[in-house]
Amino acid sequence: MINCILAGVGGQGTVLASKLIAQTAMGKGKNVRTAETIGMAQRGGCVVSHVRIGEEIHSPLVPLRSADVIIGFEPAEAVRSLPYLKEEGIVIVSQKDIKPVTDSLANTNYEGTEMLDYLKSHVKRLIIIDVEPIFAACGSTRVLNIALLGAAAAAGVFDISLAEIERTIEHKLPQQFIAMNLKALRAGAKTAIKE
Amino acid sequence: MALELLMGNQAIALGAIRSGVGVVTGYPGTPSTEILETVAKRNPGIYVEWSVNEKSALEVASGAAFAGFRTMVTMKQVGLNVASDPLMSLAYLGVKGGMVIVVADDPGPISSQTEQDTRHFGIFAKLPVFDPSSPEEAYLMIGDAFEYSEKYNTPVLFRPTTRVCHGYATVDLEEKRFEVKAEGFIKDPKWAIFPRLSYLNHLKMEARQPVLSEDFSSYRYNSLQGSGKKGIASGGISYAYTCEALSNLKGECKIFRVATPHPFPEKLALEFLTGLDEVLVIEELDPVIEKELVYLCGKHHLPVRIMGKLTKHIQNAGENSVESVSKAVSEFLRIPIHPVKPSEDMPALPVRPPVLCAGCPHRASFYAVKQAMKGRKAVFSGDIGCYTLGNAKPLDMVDTCLCMGAGITIAQGLHRAEPDAVNFAFIGDSTFFHTGIPGVINAVYNETDIVLIILDNSTTAMTGHQPHPGTGKTMMGNISEKIKISEVLKALGVKHITTMNPFNLQDSSAAVEEAAANKGISAVIFKSPCIAVADPAPVFSVDSDKCTGCKLCIKELGCPAIVKDNNKVRIDASLCYGCSICAQVCPFKAIGGAN
Ligand code: SF4
Ligand code: SF4
Repeated sequence: MINCILAGVGGQGTVLASKLIAQTAMGKGKNVRTAETIGMAQRGGCVVSHVRIGEEIHSPLVPLRSADVIIGFEPAEAVRSLPYLKEEGIVIVSQKDIKPVTDSLANTNYEGTEMLDYLKSHVKRLIIIDVEPIFAACGSTRVLNIALLGAAAAAGVFDISLAEIERTIEHKLPQQFIAMNLKALRAGAKTAIKE
Repeated sequence: MALELLMGNQAIALGAIRSGVGVVTGYPGTPSTEILETVAKRNPGIYVEWSVNEKSALEVASGAAFAGFRTMVTMKQVGLNVASDPLMSLAYLGVKGGMVIVVADDPGPISSQTEQDTRHFGIFAKLPVFDPSSPEEAYLMIGDAFEYSEKYNTPVLFRPTTRVCHGYATVDLEEKRFEVKAEGFIKDPKWAIFPRLSYLNHLKMEARQPVLSEDFSSYRYNSLQGSGKKGIASGGISYAYTCEALSNLKGECKIFRVATPHPFPEKLALEFLTGLDEVLVIEELDPVIEKELVYLCGKHHLPVRIMGKLTKHIQNAGENSVESVSKAVSEFLRIPIHPVKPSEDMPALPVRPPVLCAGCPHRASFYAVKQAMKGRKAVFSGDIGCYTLGNAKPLDMVDTCLCMGAGITIAQGLHRAEPDAVNFAFIGDSTFFHTGIPGVINAVYNETDIVLIILDNSTTAMTGHQPHPGTGKTMMGNISEKIKISEVLKALGVKHITTMNPFNLQDSSAAVEEAAANKGISAVIFKSPCIAVADPAPVFSVDSDKCTGCKLCIKELGCPAIVKDNNKVRIDASLCYGCSICAQVCPFKAIGGAN
């Protein structure tokens, strides 16, 4: 069984990323189960998707300390989900932080770098993705989810190859978004390999 | 047979299509919304409508069911409170075509006002309840629900919870579709409720309960497994957690899975209880299965100890999880588990409550009202929708919020208690049509001084942008006559009605001040589309030479696109929708638009 947690901020596209993973795994004859955050939290709150791939899966929720991989769409959200990670699990995280309004109002001075430092000292296998050049190359900030997916696939975390995810994207996304997302996927993969 | 990756709600929709459903009605509500949307998307041959509220939805479906159509009604748990009037009476009349009322419960609650348990509604109305534990099971179970409905001529409740509704799984779809030949409506006194008929039907309903209970004892998803002196009873998603916990702990005991909590499958339950010393009941929301088992032990003098929520072995509020269930099972079966150690030295994490989107017109409307009432005694009653998020700081503009449509009437009660305050009621367009209108009539009739603020963003935003009577679009893809809220208010007798673009802050504030000076009910309609249905305007940016770092824009508006940057502020271009209000608020004219 492969357990995966995607953690981010409402609006970052975690649900689509988790669906693409599940769809690809299903295409390979695997059983999948997911749990999504849909509702109020989608307006800038914390969102978490659980994806489980295997033979017999009962619960859609990943138990604590059993995730093989956490894909953090935002540094603090990766840290928030860390209790899910297995001892030998891997974390793939975007370095770009999102500062909530509450932080500016309360002067708590949240900095993503502090979270990344924590991850560096607490996670054995960590891949930090600098998403800015990928955004620039793709001409959109909306490709974060796909770029991280590319990084995860390249890191070999869910027994799914990059080519297999490419095929799912070609089949499942609307025509006008395919080229841009394939570009983001490959760029994400390349960054991960460099790390 | 074809495998498809489906969300639980999609599986329910496809299961209903497979069962030959002919009419589907509902009102959007998390976590139920995608069911009706999927029927509309996947099958054009079926009549689908978003009704104006849950009561209307259930009544429309009732008419079609009287004529022999298979019908499905969808809503969230609190929606059934609104539909409870037709529900209770329909239980007495019954149906001809199968009727499944899908009511999604939300343990947590994750996106709801209450943690109510719809299984109680089944008991209250004496209706059968089905409780699926996974998307693939829901796909098949809804077909069973239609069959039972027709077999007993009664509406049935189908109660998934959030983790079933909003989880994806591999579902094996069947190609064959059940064909329903509706006979049409045949006139008969049995379709009109009268006291005498109700008495006679009540007798029949009571006689039916034990028959259904017996029938359910052999229902395919009610099951007994395992053996031993200890047993676990469970249902819904908690059953999935139980299986996971038992397989992780390598625990063995007798297991009773309850898929029809009402009428309770007594015969099967007795078989389960026989020979047991102790039972742990694992369920979410209320102790429904637990109470049934306690009752059965009393009725049959069984010396079995029943543990669960009533005995504090299972938490009585909030959602269950694999961890909480594993802990309870490990204590029950006395199999030690390694407790998950909390992570040490975690840094302080930013608090991230949901907020109005950058560029949301509601932010501008709230701000305009706030400015107009500066220094005055005013109370702001809110309602249910995205604009409930106007509660967040710095806006802090939701003083009360109760249920759909209640803001308008609560403001009237507050006025009776505090006539010296200006009492505001905020309501969105979809909620206005849902249950807002009677409250307006109440204020006109009773001559109550309130200011009604309509936040008209041309959509049902919170649940994912569904059409409603004001949008002129239906779920059948037709264009219908748009119902104009200003004309509705006028017809109801509201004397002062102004319509404003909220992004013009100064004029909007002036309009609110004027409205507050009137006697009786006066209304300001803030009309501007939700960013999800509008085209974005060019983004704004901060001139860092002019920005003094006073952060007034953040402190006043709290737009998530404005972030601190060293000692100044910056606008995140990927979030900004170019609504312009930050530029209007900045005292140093440091924020500007594209040119
Ligand atoms: S114009 Fe200002 S207030 Fe409006 S969305 Fe952009 S940053 Fe936010
Ligand atoms: S979805 Fe629309 S209505 Fe809801 S907060 Fe965002 S902009 Fe406002």
